[in-house]
Amino acid sequence: MQAFDYARPHSLAEALKLLSTDRDAAVVLAGGTDLLSLMKDNVIAPKRLVSLKSIEELHRVEHNAHGLRLGALVTLDTLSTHPVIAQHYPGLAEAALGVSSPQIRNMGTVGGDLCQRPRCWYFRGGYGLLALDQGKALVPDGDNRYHAILGNHGPAYFVNPSSLAPILMALDAKVRVQGPKTSREVPVAEFFRTPTSATEYENVVAANEIVTEVLIPAPAAGSHQAVYEVRQKEALDWPLAAAAVHVHLAGNKVTTARIVLGHVAPTPWRAEAAEQMLVGKAVNEDVATAVGRAAVMGASPLSRNAYKVQLARVAVKRALLRATGQLAVPKA
Amino acid sequence: MAPSKYDWPVAGERSLIGTRVSRVDGPAKTSGQAKYTLDLVPPGMLYGKMLKSPYALAKITALDVSAAKSMPGVKAVHVIQDVGTTIQWAGDEIVAVAATTEGEAEDALRAIKIEYQPLPHLVTEEDLSQVGTRGKLGEEQRMGDPDKAFSDPEAVISEGFYGVPVITHCCLEPHGDIAAWNGDQLEVHASTQAVTGLVGQFAEGLQIPASTVRVICQYIGGGFGSKFQADRWGMVSARLSKAAGAPVKLMLERDAEQMVAGCRPSTFANVSVAATKDGTLTGWKSQSWGTGGVGGAGVPPLPYVVRIPNQAKRHTAVSTNIGPARAWRAPNHPQACAITMTALDDLAAKLKMDPIAFYRKNAALLGDRSANYMEEFTKGAELAEWDKHWHPRGAGSSGPIKRGLGVSLHTWGGAGHACICRMRIQPDGAVEFEMSTQDLGTGTRTIMLMVAGETLGLPIEAITLNIGDSKYPAGGASGGSTTVGGVSSATRRTAIDALDQLFAAVAPSLGATADQLEAVGGQIRVKGAPGKALPWKQACAKLGVHAIEASNKNPGPGALISSGVGGVQIADVSVDTETGQVTMNRMVAVQDCGLVIDIKTAESQVFGALIMGVGYALFEEKIMDRATGRMLNPNMEFYKLAGLGDVGELRVHMMTGPGYDERGVIGLGEPPVISPGAAISNAVANAIGVRVSTLPLTPDKVLAALEKGASA
Repeated sequence: MQAFDYARPHSLAEALKLLSTDRDAAVVLAGGTDLLSLMKDNVIAPKRLVSLKSIEELHRVEHNAHGLRLGALVTLDTLSTHPVIAQHYPGLAEAALGVSSPQIRNMGTVGGDLCQRPRCWYFRGGYGLLALDQGKALVPDGDNRYHAILGNHGPAYFVNPSSLAPILMALDAKVRVQGPKTSREVPVAEFFRTPTSATEYENVVAANEIVTEVLIPAPAAGSHQAVYEVRQKEALDWPLAAAAVHVHLAGNKVTTARIVLGHVAPTPWRAEAAEQMLVGKAVNEDVATAVGRAAVMGASPLSRNAYKVQLARVAVKRALLRATGQLAVPKA
Repeated sequence: MAPSKYDWPVAGERSLIGTRVSRVDGPAKTSGQAKYTLDLVPPGMLYGKMLKSPYALAKITALDVSAAKSMPGVKAVHVIQDVGTTIQWAGDEIVAVAATTEGEAEDALRAIKIEYQPLPHLVTEEDLSQVGTRGKLGEEQRMGDPDKAFSDPEAVISEGFYGVPVITHCCLEPHGDIAAWNGDQLEVHASTQAVTGLVGQFAEGLQIPASTVRVICQYIGGGFGSKFQADRWGMVSARLSKAAGAPVKLMLERDAEQMVAGCRPSTFANVSVAATKDGTLTGWKSQSWGTGGVGGAGVPPLPYVVRIPNQAKRHTAVSTNIGPARAWRAPNHPQACAITMTALDDLAAKLKMDPIAFYRKNAALLGDRSANYMEEFTKGAELAEWDKHWHPRGAGSSGPIKRGLGVSLHTWGGAGHACICRMRIQPDGAVEFEMSTQDLGTGTRTIMLMVAGETLGLPIEAITLNIGDSKYPAGGASGGSTTVGGVSSATRRTAIDALDQLFAAVAPSLGATADQLEAVGGQIRVKGAPGKALPWKQACAKLGVHAIEASNKNPGPGALISSGVGGVQIADVSVDTETGQVTMNRMVAVQDCGLVIDIKTAESQVFGALIMGVGYALFEEKIMDRATGRMLNPNMEFYKLAGLGDVGELRVHMMTGPGYDERGVIGLGEPPVISPGAAISNAVANAIGVRVSTLPLTPDKVLAALEKGASA
């Protein structure tokens, strides 16, 4: 790790002034669970850290009939234990609880979960987001067991690491991004992007901008939500594939459906064909299986990760069964 | 053997041995009072850091450390490998610096100018056809008439590919030390399994008299066989310290720990096994290969334990640029076991035999310990509820979650090593004893105190033990399960000698002769006349002004130790056939190791081995990148270890009593870690009906095996 300055402003305006358009000059510090490891591994070496901890408004959870407003510094632990979230946004609470360990949930934040960098081992090993060694892409011929199976036609092969993004996208959430002059609301679906060159970043937040809050519309009556993660280990492990499902039911028929996959593509991956297949149907094991299959249509596994196609299918199937109360999670 | 005054007390006459005593350093460790090498910060200490090679095979063509030398805070720079040297693995150390802070040391490393000429490397070996000239084919070893065994038209033959990849030791406390000079006296705090042994290594490496070197290690955060050497970083810390005139701490970072300081060699094998129709084993053929870095790897003892009469086997040692091999608990045994016991399990399945019945059928091939194995199968089957849960391969329940049971067995030596103990009994009753051994976390302190307490008739709280410092009498390295036998027998002999001196001093006061006395329950008393006794303190007061000093050692007289143990383990797993996830329901370990001194720390040793075993069975693999030659998971994120939620229920049973106790003390560190790979792989095969060829049993491989099985 290289030496750096540390600033802890008390207002958003002050924080914005401490940032710069240059990512090497300053970066935002929230819980630090990812940033610290990036710096220790010399993946980044910012000259200044701007801690948001003392900006009170970023810690707020507000809810009313219209929806939920989560300050960027609300912790994952709060998400997983907040009674209102548990009642109205159970998928979000589940997703937060799925994050590795109590320690990480205590420190990790909503904004940090969305802005954390990919876990690709070539990226973390110093080969850049596109994993290039003297111009040659390392992932296609390398060890890609944890890489993308969708949206992976290059030059990006990493998977989006966010635990919250799939369910937030399924809930039609928006992210407020505050710049030096103006702020904007970005749908989660547009928040992430797949870089097409080595100079591009994996989300739309510029170096001099700050994610301040996440806005989630209140689900209409008949909302059912769930997430399902396939992980090898019980704890302290990344999902191999994950799915978030949000459906509305009228009687037992699906009226609207959102299905979003995580850890399978450089961005959270919305499975629209699968959603369409689901609308108008009653969910049962066969339907869920078919929808799971549809969700990975177009998958193009790399040399070592075909298994993830199957895992993604199962994640969708089980998330859907769980959302509709038909799956007591099969505990192997 | 004729009775010796140095024998162990017989059952019924033991006060401490064979009971359950909590480890004496538990409170210090759990409260943080125990200071590991990594925790120590002597006054004026500098931080050492090393520049590591990014290439797996490369020649150093240019090196300039002048800028680093003049960086702020830098007190010493030492070139480890200079221009012209060929680096053989990524992470190899090239230059070391010592600076006032860690940050300054890192800055100095960045200021070093170095150029390499990269050369073509080899870092993977599972596909033997790709290793080219880096594979060294050994001589074929033959026994009996294997061709006849396999050509017998009545023979049932099973063929398969099996393997275990390279894994790392993953010590929680990394390798390294703190070196400090006082004039020409070198003092080293090291994270080591060999306090005594390091003295000679530092002396030889630095060309100084051994009498000027002192090595200290009070606590160690894991070694597992990887910490027997002073190592290059040890020598470098001493040199940096000498040059800087201050103590230097040089301990590996996590990535270096994973890249260069731990490597258990891999073994892969194509195996054929033959048996008669009734399940009697007749033949073994194997073509095996493996790597443990540039030096290749040792030949695993195939077939493991089972003395199949007709054999033909050949091993290829593959030299790779992955960092050097180090001993890992029971060197070569876990690999040989994982290959043999899975191949035999496949044969048993082909014969449609219960694997335990299969081993019973072949009991004659299990060597000296065969009768013990049979007892252990019985106990293991009971604890694992084998009769209730075992089913023929793949014939489990319907639904996506399949449950299965698997069994394995193993052996090890474990004879006590050479070491010397010294004990003093003061006229005020104080007892102190010492040895330059180390407690790896296995309970060495605890069992030494138990043996001393048992012998002197005192509670362990009344005795002071000093270890972990080379100023005490020589200890042995803690490797090969040799420590408990060594330290317990040396302590026993020394305490008996000390007691003889005390008896001689006390006897006149009790109107008896020394040989009529015994030390029991905090008293010195006349045997058979409990009324004629003196409390320990009053007895010691008879010494006058001179303390007793006694010293004895291992090896020595008396039937205190032996070697050769057996163990049986049974794994109970559930496999999610839709995701390939393997969940541990239970591991059962039944283990013998002669006379068990402390049942509690012995069981604890087995618990640790099972947890480690679940780790290498399901998760662990040193993943090397072909293109860059680097390790892709030199961390604890993608180098996965088992957590509490992953290990399931652990049931441990130590075989004790008649038939075991009279064998004396035998080591336990290695044996229980040998079988988990085979037992868990067999349980998965039993659950899903097909073999997953290689460890670890990851979801991708489980799904691939299921798919292959479905299309077969």
